[in-house]
Amino acid sequence: MATLTNALRVVEADYINYRRTWRGRIISTFLNPILFLAGMGLILGQLVDRGQGEAQLPVPFLTFVATGLIAATAMQTGFGEGAWPILAGIKWRKTFHAIVVTPLSVADLVNGILIWGAIHLAFASGVFAVLAAVFGALEPGPALLSIVPAALGGLAFQAAATAYSARLEDDMNLTNAFRFVIMPLYLFSGTFFPISQLPDWLEPVAFATPLFHAVELTRKVALPGVGAPVVTTVPTWVNVAYLVAMITVAWVLAIRSMRERLQK
Amino acid sequence: MKESAHVPSSRSGTVRQMPSPLVEARGLTKKFGDFVAVDAIDFEIRPGEAFGFLGPNGAGKTSTMKMITTVSPITDGKLTVFGLDPRDDGAEIRSRLGVVPQENNLDEELTVEENLYIYGRFHDIPKPVIRRRIEELLEFAQLVEKRKARVENLSGGMQRRLVIARALINEPDLVILDEPTTGLDPQARHVLWDRLYRLKQEGATLIITTHYMDEAEQLCDRLVVMDKGKIVAEGSPQELIQRYSTREVVELRFAPGAVETNLDRLDGLGNRMEALADRVLIYTDDAEALIDEIHRRGVEFEQRLTRRSTLEDVFLHLTGRRLID
Ligand SMILES: Nc1ncnc2c1ncn2[C@@H]1O[C@H](COP(=O)(O)OP(=O)(O)OP(=O)(O)O)[C@@H](O)[C@H]1O
Ligand SMILES: [Mg+2]
Repeated sequence: MATLTNALRVVEADYINYRRTWRGRIISTFLNPILFLAGMGLILGQLVDRGQGEAQLPVPFLTFVATGLIAATAMQTGFGEGAWPILAGIKWRKTFHAIVVTPLSVADLVNGILIWGAIHLAFASGVFAVLAAVFGALEPGPALLSIVPAALGGLAFQAAATAYSARLEDDMNLTNAFRFVIMPLYLFSGTFFPISQLPDWLEPVAFATPLFHAVELTRKVALPGVGAPVVTTVPTWVNVAYLVAMITVAWVLAIRSMRERLQK
Repeated sequence: MKESAHVPSSRSGTVRQMPSPLVEARGLTKKFGDFVAVDAIDFEIRPGEAFGFLGPNGAGKTSTMKMITTVSPITDGKLTVFGLDPRDDGAEIRSRLGVVPQENNLDEELTVEENLYIYGRFHDIPKPVIRRRIEELLEFAQLVEKRKARVENLSGGMQRRLVIARALINEPDLVILDEPTTGLDPQARHVLWDRLYRLKQEGATLIITTHYMDEAEQLCDRLVVMDKGKIVAEGSPQELIQRYSTREVVELRFAPGAVETNLDRLDGLGNRMEALADRVLIYTDDAEALIDEIHRRGVEFEQRLTRRSTLEDVFLHLTGRRLID
C-alpha cells in the first residue's frame, strides 16, 4: 500500500542527493532565465515594442515573454527531471532497484519522485520569478504568483516524461523527444509571440499542447484582466482542467510503466 | 493488517523440532515469455542456516532471488517467505529482508554514511536507532574511516562491503546475497567471507548465490546446484562431494592432442574419469595407489596434480560442464 509517509522517505533521499549535487545544477537554474530575459526580453523587446506590427501588445514585450518563459522553462526542467534521472535510476545507477526491495512500493517511489519534482519545480520557477522581478518584467507579487501555474505545467511534463522514460532502453529517444517535442513547443505555444500570429491551420495544434495551457494560465494569474492577444478566449477552467488531467493520467501511467520495469 | 504466521527465529527457538522454513518453494517457476528461467524448483530454507544456490551463468539464480525478494512475480508454483505470500504481503516480507543484489546499486553521489541513513529511513527506522546502527555497521564493514567518502571514490571491495552493511540496517531475519564476491580480488573476497562468516556465527539466515565452489564450501551449510533453471543436486558440500565425487582427484595435463593417444593406457583407472581438452581428471579414494598405477602403465603426461575433490567436480559430474566458462 502506498502511503504519503513512504513517499516522503523518497523525497528525503532526493533532497539529500540534491544537497550533494546542487552546485552542478544551480548554474543552469540561474543562467537560463538570465540569458532568456536579457536576450529575448530586453534586446528583442526593444525592437518589438518600437515596431508597428499588427500584434500590438497591451503589455511590454518583456512582460509578455517573461510570463511565457517561466512556464516554458518549467516545462524543460520537468521534462529533464523525468527523463535522464529516471533512466539512470532504472539502468545506469540502478538506485530504484535498491528502493523497491525495501518496504517501499513502486507507487511510493513514483509518488516520492513526483512530489520532489513539484518542490524542485517550484524552486526553479521561484528563481525565475525573482529574476523576472529584478529585470523589471513583472511586479514582485505577480511574479511570485506565477510560480504556481508554471510549476503545475512543469509537473505535467515531468510525470509524462517519467511514464515515457521508464519504458526506454537508452537515452537516444530522450534526446529526440527533447529536440522534436520540447523545443518546437517553445515556438508553437505562445511563449514568444501570441498564437494568433500562427498560421490559421496551426492554431488548433497550439490549443492542444500542454505548454499553451501552462503559458496561458501563467499569464492569467500574473496579469489579471489582460486581454487579447496576450491571452485567448479559452476559459481558465479549461487551462486548469487540462493540466490537472494530464498530471493525473501521466502519474498513473508513470506508476504502471515503472512497475512493469522494476518488477519483471 | 494481516495476521502473519509467526516464525520462530533461530535465536529464540528452544523447541526441539524442525523449525518451520523461512522460505519454502514448491514447483517454483519463472518464465520470461516462452523462456523458462526457473523450472519448477523445490527448496526449503531453515532459520539459522546458510543456504547456497550454485550454478553457472544463466542458471536462474538471480531470477529465484528476485522472486524471494518479492520484486519478480512468480509465474507458477508456490512460494512463501516467512510463511507469507509475496503477492499479498510484499512490504511485510521486504521489511524483514536484507538484500545484496548482484549489481551494486548504491547512490554513488552520496557518502557512505548517507547511503546507510537513507536506507534506514526507507525501512522506517527511527533516526536515533539509525545513527546507532550506522556506527555498528561502519565498524562491521570496516568503513569507519571512509564514512564521509563519496561512494564513487570507494574501491570495488569497499562498495561491496557497504552494500552488505546497508542490507543489515533493518536487522533482517534473512539476508539474500546474490554473488557477493564476484569481480573482487582474492584479498577483498577473503575480507568479505570473513564478514559473512561472522554474520552466520551471529545466527543470521543467509541465502548466497555463487559460481565459486570455494565460496560455497566456505560459507554454505546446505546448497542446491542449479543448471538451466533446474535443481540438479542438493545437500551439504560434504554430502555432495561424497555422493557425486571421491575424496581425491588426480589431474593429469597432457601435451596438445596427447589425451587421445593415452586413453587406452588410462582405461579403468580410479573410480571415474573425466576427459577435458588437454587434461584428464581421475577420481579416486586412494591417490597414492593410483599414481603408482599410472607410472606402471607408462602414461605420457606432462604434469600431475593431486588435490581434494571440490564442488566443482560435483558440478562437472552432474552437468558435464565447468561452472565458469
Ligand atoms: N527480465 C528478463 N527477461 C528475459 N529473460 C531474462 C530476464 N531476466 C533473466 N532472464 C534470463 O533468464 C535466465 C536466467 O537468468 P538469471 O539472471 O536468473 O541467471 P543467473 O543464474 O543469475 O546467472 P548469472 O550467474 O549470470 O548471474 C537467463 O537466460 C537470462 O537471460
Ligand atoms: Mg545472477
